[in-house]
Amino acid sequence: MDHNNTTSTLMRKTLMALTGLFLCFFLVIHLLGNLQLLLPTDQARESFNSYSQLLSGNIFIKIISYVLYASIIIHSLDALIITLKNKKTSGKYVYDQRGASSKWYSRSMGILGTIILIFLVFHFKDFWYQYKFGSLPVDGAGHKDLYTIVVGVYGDLWYVLFYVVCMFALGFHLLHGFFSAARSLGVYHPKYVAWIRVFGAWYSYVITIGFAVIPVYIYLTQHVLWN
Amino acid sequence: MKIYLKIWRQNDAGTPGKMVDYTLDNVIPHMSFLEMMDTLNEQLILAGDRPVEFDHDCREGICGQCGMMINGRAHGPVAHLTTCQLHMREFKDGDTIYIEPFRGKGFPIKRDLRVDRSAFDRIIMAGGFIAVNTGQAPEANGIPISHEDAESAFDSAACIGCGACVATCKNSSAALFTSAKVAHLAKLPQGEIESRKRVLAMVQQMDEEQFGHCTNTEACEVECPQSISVLNIARMNWEYALSSVTK
Repeated sequence: MDHNNTTSTLMRKTLMALTGLFLCFFLVIHLLGNLQLLLPTDQARESFNSYSQLLSGNIFIKIISYVLYASIIIHSLDALIITLKNKKTSGKYVYDQRGASSKWYSRSMGILGTIILIFLVFHFKDFWYQYKFGSLPVDGAGHKDLYTIVVGVYGDLWYVLFYVVCMFALGFHLLHGFFSAARSLGVYHPKYVAWIRVFGAWYSYVITIGFAVIPVYIYLTQHVLWN
Repeated sequence: MKIYLKIWRQNDAGTPGKMVDYTLDNVIPHMSFLEMMDTLNEQLILAGDRPVEFDHDCREGICGQCGMMINGRAHGPVAHLTTCQLHMREFKDGDTIYIEPFRGKGFPIKRDLRVDRSAFDRIIMAGGFIAVNTGQAPEANGIPISHEDAESAFDSAACIGCGACVATCKNSSAALFTSAKVAHLAKLPQGEIESRKRVLAMVQQMDEEQFGHCTNTEACEVECPQSISVLNIARMNWEYALSSVTK
């Protein structure tokens, strides 16, 4: 049978699921690394800076980072194509109460994703770009002092609030996205579906709270309490 | 009961439609929603107006013909119900009720509340069957099937094709309808043989009929009169992924 299934609605969703799950995996590693920022100042500086050095020098990490950039781009473009096509097929009602039968965040993945994308622009500019192309101070061990940059950035209350709001957008995105990815990949056994739903919810809570706590903690300890 | 109605009136697919106001004075709470519509139509006919056209057949909740957006929800405010099984006791005296056709690119409007759902027929024709020669019914116990499998397949087969899943989906996706048939046949030994070929053909037809992507909001299961599970969609995705890899 002649069937081009690379452009089918299901294949686009499979692509969303695969790239999304890779990004979910990345978030875990990213969070574990960032938790070093919660250590006492001197220890955090040494640990975090040497960790950053380790990551930037490793060829294996470099390959993973290219997969990461590709995943972000493909996930966003695929979402754009899906959204545009859905806009064309969807029905419009004069009086619409369809929201009563589903969760708001499951219908708002595009908006939540856009917030995350805007966040990423700032995030890359402030840390990734600074580390790669900026002129950073050097710490006692001879590593680029990314820790000082982080502490500096989180000195702005508005930036901290922006960061926390974006983390909640990410949280709701994950709350639907994680389980939705498993659905798109075809996990249909009720036992595992229920398990994935619970795991996905806890995963979303941990990622959201974990990432949101770091800037708040740094703002309070470095900029409010001891100054 | 006095009921104010705002109903979508449209002459045919080519002319634009609009919401038209009607008032009914003598609605009895025990009336079904369609009986209320009949009452309105009697009133319109006596006044020399064209009655509001809507699909209906068995009025027992099993044929899947009746389907309207009632106050912005497929088959009205009660979950898991067909329009004919909705009763006027769900509304209050003096309520305003918005009635619109099921909408979606795959469901073009024919007139008023009637939509063309033949896209569903074409999806079934693409693969929603088993290719066996008809003849005398085979011995029922010739192929052993566990009770659990039989029940599970029957749950999927219970779809009545009303289209509420498409109407309520923000993307007008037909994933629940298509997957119910894919899963129904994949769960049984008679259907499993052709399941690889079937899922590819049915999904292709589904896409050609201009239904949108499933984004797993699960609204379809809530509105489905037969409570067809969204796990059927997961099963379809699984069958599709396997077929794509192994074909």
